[in-house]
Amino acid sequence: MLQNVSDFLVITKRQLLQMIRIPEVLIFATIQPAMFVLLFRFVFGGAIDSGVKGGYVQLLMPGIFVQTVAFTLAATAVGLAADMQKGLIDRFRSLPISRSAVVIGRTVGDTLQNIVTLIVMGLVGFLVGWRPSSGPVKVLLGFLFLLAFGYSMSWIGVLIGLSVREERVAQNLVFMTVFPLTFLSNAFAPTTGMPKILQYFAEWNPVSTMVAACRQLFGTQNIFGATANSWPSQNPILMSLIYMVLLVAIFAPISVRKYVRVSK
Amino acid sequence: MNSIIAHELVKTYDKGAVRALDGLNLDVKEGTVLGLLGPNGSGKTTTVRVLATLLTPDSGSATVAGIDVLKHPDEVRKVIGLSGQYAALDETLTGWDNLNMFGRLYHLNSSGAKKRAEELLEKFSLTEAAKRPIRTYSGGMRRRLDLAASLIVKPKVLFLDEPTTGLDPRGRMEMWEVIDDELKNQVGGERLEITVEANQIPEATKLVEQVTGTKPSVDNGIRKISAPVSNGSASLIQVLRLLDDAKIHPLDIGLKRPSLDDVFIALTGHVAEVVVEGGANVAKRK
Ligand SMILES: Nc1ncnc2c1ncn2[C@@H]1O[C@H](COP(=O)(O)OP(=O)(O)O)[C@@H](O)[C@H]1O
Ligand SMILES: [Mg+2]
Repeated sequence: MLQNVSDFLVITKRQLLQMIRIPEVLIFATIQPAMFVLLFRFVFGGAIDSGVKGGYVQLLMPGIFVQTVAFTLAATAVGLAADMQKGLIDRFRSLPISRSAVVIGRTVGDTLQNIVTLIVMGLVGFLVGWRPSSGPVKVLLGFLFLLAFGYSMSWIGVLIGLSVREERVAQNLVFMTVFPLTFLSNAFAPTTGMPKILQYFAEWNPVSTMVAACRQLFGTQNIFGATANSWPSQNPILMSLIYMVLLVAIFAPISVRKYVRVSK
Repeated sequence: MNSIIAHELVKTYDKGAVRALDGLNLDVKEGTVLGLLGPNGSGKTTTVRVLATLLTPDSGSATVAGIDVLKHPDEVRKVIGLSGQYAALDETLTGWDNLNMFGRLYHLNSSGAKKRAEELLEKFSLTEAAKRPIRTYSGGMRRRLDLAASLIVKPKVLFLDEPTTGLDPRGRMEMWEVIDDELKNQVGGERLEITVEANQIPEATKLVEQVTGTKPSVDNGIRKISAPVSNGSASLIQVLRLLDDAKIHPLDIGLKRPSLDDVFIALTGHVAEVVVEGGANVAKRK
């Protein structure tokens, strides 16, 4: 058991080393969401009359945070597909390590990267007027929530990465699915303006429940979903927790199984 | 002991459309080098992957170093080294990072992994490139590092799949030299071998042990005594003197260097792929 722990830590450490050896990757991974913050804040921020205290940026930040951690799925999928393609996964599979070490190491590594990204985004947000008003404990809780959501999304990424086996394919597939998912939500605009069927989807979308949960934890009224009276809209924190547990409970075992059988 | 036994291995792909292995049998003695020769698509890689526990055969059975590949894959992984058809390394990390990481994954402790990484870099003439990312390495350097990674724990069975494809002639030569050296290293270099009359075996054995400091292995059938030596010629002279003093006249005496036969190199240097399989006593190849 102790051995298993150290196995996955070696894999996680490898990822941290990669960040040090090629800092550009992390820099771009951080600049992109920071740019999003600035663009949305200044392009839409003026046009959207939010009606909340502190302006649109209060609603925007939780949205961008959730969008960013949702993309952990992409980081994991692309990273693992690249390892598959280069035959690294085969080499790992020929080593006397536990069957889950490589994928756990990967998901943990991607979550650690999220910490850096979230800190940078939080700071940029602060610079452009984001002021969480719920006190340090709830703010911290909000960030933990984001990390946990990113971690659970990462497990879907494991399955995708091991299934498509090619970096480019993984990249396209993931962007085609995660982007719509993050926009068909309450992250940037109210769900109440959407056509009925989309609205229904948006309200049950885990991205929406996460955004609503974060708005609550950061002390901003969630006016983008305020009038929605579906159960997830009314209980976003609980619903988000349920989603996270479900994601890990479903995808972790399937992904480990996939890893054991996968073959280049 | 047999280092590899394969019995009626069958492996098909694409729901049976491709029959890659069709009842493969192998029986490889410990301490031998086996080259698998065959045209592209004849199933060499598939064989290696099944034996290295990466692929489950449709039917049949196999043992590697005496361990059942299907029943105890985890145990098999502890005693094998695998260097696949393409160098499987983390391109963004340095050579040193890679070996250190694999060392840790073979469960060497922190200082053990570092020490082994340095030894291997030195042995494969990669010390200078150690701190450079793999993506700056030449094809030959990558293959050498890949081989180094598969030797971290001194495997009982080493699988090499096309160790020289993609390399230029010089790179190939270098790679074969490295492999040849490694096989010698696995057994600690030269051995002193003497053949004497049957009734002289006990005494001669004692003398050889006295000089070499290790217990010689004795084959009573062919009346041969052999022991590893580090300073070959000096030991040889010393043994000869002692034998002479004891009035024992050996029928044959000499130093044996383990090496890949020239024939083998000539053959495999020109064919697509080989599986080189080394054991703890490669030197005993006759
Ligand atoms: N993953 C795979 N899916 C389908 N067919 C495969 C796969 N891997 C190998 N094959 C087929 O199996 C046969 C044996 O391949 P392989 O073991 O790679 O041969 P070799 O290494 O001798 O070139 C070939 O016909 C090859 O096309
Ligand atoms: Mg092949």
